[in-house]
Amino acid sequence: MNYTLKVWRQARPSEKGKLVSYSAHGISSEASFLEMLDIVNERLLEKGEEPIAFDHDCREGICGMCGSVVNGYAHGHQRGTTLCQLHMREFSDGSTIIIEPLRAKAFPLIKDLVVDRSAFDKIIAAGGFISIRAGSAPDGNAIPVAKEMAERAMDAAACIGCGACVAACPNASAMLFTSAKLAQLGLLPQGQVERDSRAREMVRAMEDAGFGACSNHGECEAVCPKEISTNFIAFLNRDFIVSSMK
Amino acid sequence: MRFYTTSVGKKIVMAISGFIVFGFVVIHLVGNLQIFFGPETLNRYAEMLQGLGGALWLFRALLLLSIVLHIVAATQVTLQSWQARPKGYAVTRYRTTSYAARTMRWGGPLIALFVVYHILHLTTGGLHPRPAGFISQAGGTINVYNNVVYGFQIWWTSALYIIAILALCLHLYHGVSSMMQSVGLNHPRWNQWRRFAAVFFSLFVAAAGVSIPLAVLLGLVQPV
Ligand code: HEM
Ligand code: FES
Repeated sequence: MNYTLKVWRQARPSEKGKLVSYSAHGISSEASFLEMLDIVNERLLEKGEEPIAFDHDCREGICGMCGSVVNGYAHGHQRGTTLCQLHMREFSDGSTIIIEPLRAKAFPLIKDLVVDRSAFDKIIAAGGFISIRAGSAPDGNAIPVAKEMAERAMDAAACIGCGACVAACPNASAMLFTSAKLAQLGLLPQGQVERDSRAREMVRAMEDAGFGACSNHGECEAVCPKEISTNFIAFLNRDFIVSSMK
Repeated sequence: MRFYTTSVGKKIVMAISGFIVFGFVVIHLVGNLQIFFGPETLNRYAEMLQGLGGALWLFRALLLLSIVLHIVAATQVTLQSWQARPKGYAVTRYRTTSYAARTMRWGGPLIALFVVYHILHLTTGGLHPRPAGFISQAGGTINVYNNVVYGFQIWWTSALYIIAILALCLHLYHGVSSMMQSVGLNHPRWNQWRRFAAVFFSLFVAAAGVSIPLAVLLGLVQPV
């Protein structure tokens, strides 16, 4: 398969970047999107050019490192899929593919498609934890958890923190990420002790990082590779109201 | 006020203030539909409202406060969001957001301008080419019915009302479901009702609001 890539190239944060065209020819339809970039990079290296910098790690859809904006969609157009799990057969032969970094003030660009998502770490550090004695593994059913609660907590916990929600949000808001990280704990008995302070502190950290304000467009849920529901955003709002009244 | 310093807090203020103004709009329109029952009914209703005296002013104060809070918070969250993405994308594709959701920031100011015009037009009666027969409140006897009919007989006045009501309909279509989400009223089991409420109330506002100027323009409602 042959493609024309238009890739955001920017050597350093201070530089003014631009979209640069590359030809990606002779690509197997079975290649993943990142493998396609690897091939293009090898050819760039052979020509003595700087390869395209992009983030990746597991390449099996679980680590949350990959994820650029491809043709206007974070992680590309296939729903519920990370960029590393998207295959080139999903793009028609001869098409042009525009690849841009996740864009948000809170995600400063490092190089090309690589952005700094440590703002997410700050949100987690502010309240995305529980204080328990981490001894040996507890008994399975020592603390009863309603099935519905356990399942909803697991749904929230599916978040891999890739940042696609922020990238797709017209407001560059981090509400889906923050709410998932808050709800995965707040829905369970073990997460009740810090429930109020968690809502206050995580929201505070989110604001301090410079994210935008949620206006319920729902684009985050639609691009999320784990299809996390915006129901968790309402959950966060509820916890935030309760914590503010105390 | 750490609550209000966050965008989450501001959105909650917007939701509650928006709900108050929304509640007023719905009741106001239900009241106004009495024009179809004839001049006596509408004028009696208007006199009843005027007779509320202090309570009326209390209510107006609450409404004004809500509108101010709503606009201030909306402006602040909008600026925050604009600052949150200094560099945009070359290509942007949307999957689920609606036209209504994307035009909240244009519809809002449009509605605010309309509210000012509306008060000057039908409440105080100033700053408007007054058609023959129009009586301002200062004039003593209240004939709200005739004022509305004479007012809407000017085609561009009716056109302005219809445009504003359609903008309001869009604003509320997103606003009603959004405000429930903002205060945490969301549950997978009731979400279809949320969507229903948004469609129902925004369509009601559009139908009720457009019906009055349209009926006058079509000559279905005549002055007495
Ligand atoms: C009759 C007048 C109005 C009513 C009934 C009304 C009602 C509402 C409601 C219920 C919401 C949802 C709040 C939420 O998301 O939780 C909303 C959102 C909004 N309103 Fe209004 N509103 C009115 C006028 C205005 C005006 C005059 C402005 C002018 C600036 C405005 C700007 C906005 C904006 C920008 C949003 C969306 C904010 C966001 O989602 O980020 N509204 N409105
Ligand atoms: S590289 Fe780990 S999720 Fe894509």
